[in-house]
Amino acid sequence: MAVPFKYVFRSFKTRKLTTAITVTGIALVVFVFAAVLMMAYGVQKTLVATGAPDNVMVTRKASNGEISSIIDGDTRNVIRTLPFIAKDSNGKQIISEEPVVVINLEIKKGGMSNVTVRGVSHEVTLLRPQIKMKEGRMFNPSLRELIVGEAISKKFLGAQIGSKIKFAGDYWSIVGVFESNGSGFDSELWGDSDQLLNAFNRGSAVSTLTFKMANINDFEKCKLAFETDKRLVQFEPKIEQKFFEEQSEFLATFIRVLGIFITVIFSIGAIIGAMITMYSAVANRTVEIGTMRSLGFSRRSILTAFLSEALLISLIGAVVGLFFASFLQFFTVSTLNFSSFAELSFSFALSPSIVISSFIFAVVMGFVGGFLPSVRAARLNIVSALRGG
Amino acid sequence: MSAIIQVKNVSKSYWRNSLEIPVLHDLTLDVTEGEFLVLMGPSGSGKTTLLNLIAGIDRPSKGELNVAGTDIAKLNESGLAKWRSASVGFVFQFYNLIPVLTAFENVELPLLLTKLSKSERKKHVENVLNIVGLGDRIYHYPKQLSGGQEQRVAIARAIVTDPVILVADEPTGDLDKTSAQEILTLMERLNKEFKKTIVMVTHDPHAAEKATRLLHLEKGDLV
Repeated sequence: MAVPFKYVFRSFKTRKLTTAITVTGIALVVFVFAAVLMMAYGVQKTLVATGAPDNVMVTRKASNGEISSIIDGDTRNVIRTLPFIAKDSNGKQIISEEPVVVINLEIKKGGMSNVTVRGVSHEVTLLRPQIKMKEGRMFNPSLRELIVGEAISKKFLGAQIGSKIKFAGDYWSIVGVFESNGSGFDSELWGDSDQLLNAFNRGSAVSTLTFKMANINDFEKCKLAFETDKRLVQFEPKIEQKFFEEQSEFLATFIRVLGIFITVIFSIGAIIGAMITMYSAVANRTVEIGTMRSLGFSRRSILTAFLSEALLISLIGAVVGLFFASFLQFFTVSTLNFSSFAELSFSFALSPSIVISSFIFAVVMGFVGGFLPSVRAARLNIVSALRGG
Repeated sequence: MSAIIQVKNVSKSYWRNSLEIPVLHDLTLDVTEGEFLVLMGPSGSGKTTLLNLIAGIDRPSKGELNVAGTDIAKLNESGLAKWRSASVGFVFQFYNLIPVLTAFENVELPLLLTKLSKSERKKHVENVLNIVGLGDRIYHYPKQLSGGQEQRVAIARAIVTDPVILVADEPTGDLDKTSAQEILTLMERLNKEFKKTIVMVTHDPHAAEKATRLLHLEKGDLV
């Protein structure tokens, strides 16, 4: 039988200061670790929420984002002839042909940043029902008017209702603020598709074309239609949600890899802290170890007891770190999305897998930090240990 | 009476760097069941080393060591640990109680290595704590007990598994005269009333008076 857990737990409580310092060290590392994963997950969650699972987005093949995609007017017309596009109650196709450009705006706190401007068709509210006007009104398609995502409205100068911003040689009035349920659209400015095409002299060439599928189960047929029609072979339809999910991959992976690399370096400090604490625990309890060994407890029982103590420290560190990291969910940050080269606002997001990963990371730190001291405790010579080492 | 402890031509040396330090020389000794053997001798004479060998917490460099029917010199590490838990009870000079455990929990420790149920363990622990006169202190921590009481808890811990032999290394060495006398009386009672075979190392001549046999060690030899 193992050394009773109450021995482990009470011994752990006796060294309050050193234990608290070690727990703090591990908690800090877990906090950073969880924060990084929450940030990467936040980016993914935001961009995944941007797309709908029954919308299909068409881009030019080999384009790595909306900005670099071009769909000419003839192709637009061909796509419109496909039978898979859903129609509204008036029989009008639910489709949005969107020029996407990036402009430069001044940040309230100073500096400049790129912002996506998306031209949308009238049917966009049917295509993306998550879009809700928060303030003001929808833009007038006949005028140089824009509505702004609430993240942009909060962060940039001149992006508030009543203001005007200048791009493409013209002034554009801000007439409304919309919200999109925390999706990437919150970080965009929207205007009428034709107004933007005209302002940027793009003729009829839009960047992307998104339509709602009449029946999403027909997606494979739709894909086949693109692959077999010579006029569409240069274009690729994708489920909108999947498209945005792929768009998030690079940035999320970059944050994750860089963050984990930094966290692993931090963790070395926490592991050394745990090791020092556990070595001192072994040194202070040498006689107790000798006594328990003389009573018949095996080396393995002693090893388990000290390792459990190290793991207990790391688990408490994980709980503390995660507790504080969970408050990050209330924060929204923004960064440059590498795929669109534009501002992307997102919130830190916690998921069960992040909680599990953080616990595993903490346990690994506790195990690595506690293993050598525990081995030392288990290998102590009984006679020497009874003499106090 | 049969010999419960047979020490045959046992030698023990320690190595310090590359220097061999002989402690026991070719020592032979039999202890019969129910005996209260006291080992005396000056510091460094090897009495504690002999006690440790008999108790299975140290191994002889040479010779045979048969305790309670087991050749303990031939047991491996885990076998020896199991043997200790079943066959030997220890009483140390400085009690060696676990400070974070209560008297009850300290006494219960060796029983955790047995297959007894929780209720059986409780019964055993309360029984031995009553034997040592501490039935009313079972939930006290070691720091809440006097030296004599701590040693009585240690004795309760040593006898709770009903071991065949009891080894005590200067059990009165850290106690005042009255407490020491109480402990010696208790040891004598364990020997006479509960028929425990006891091997005790001591410097105390009063302690030696309780012995059924007294042996002197000097420079690793019985004299």
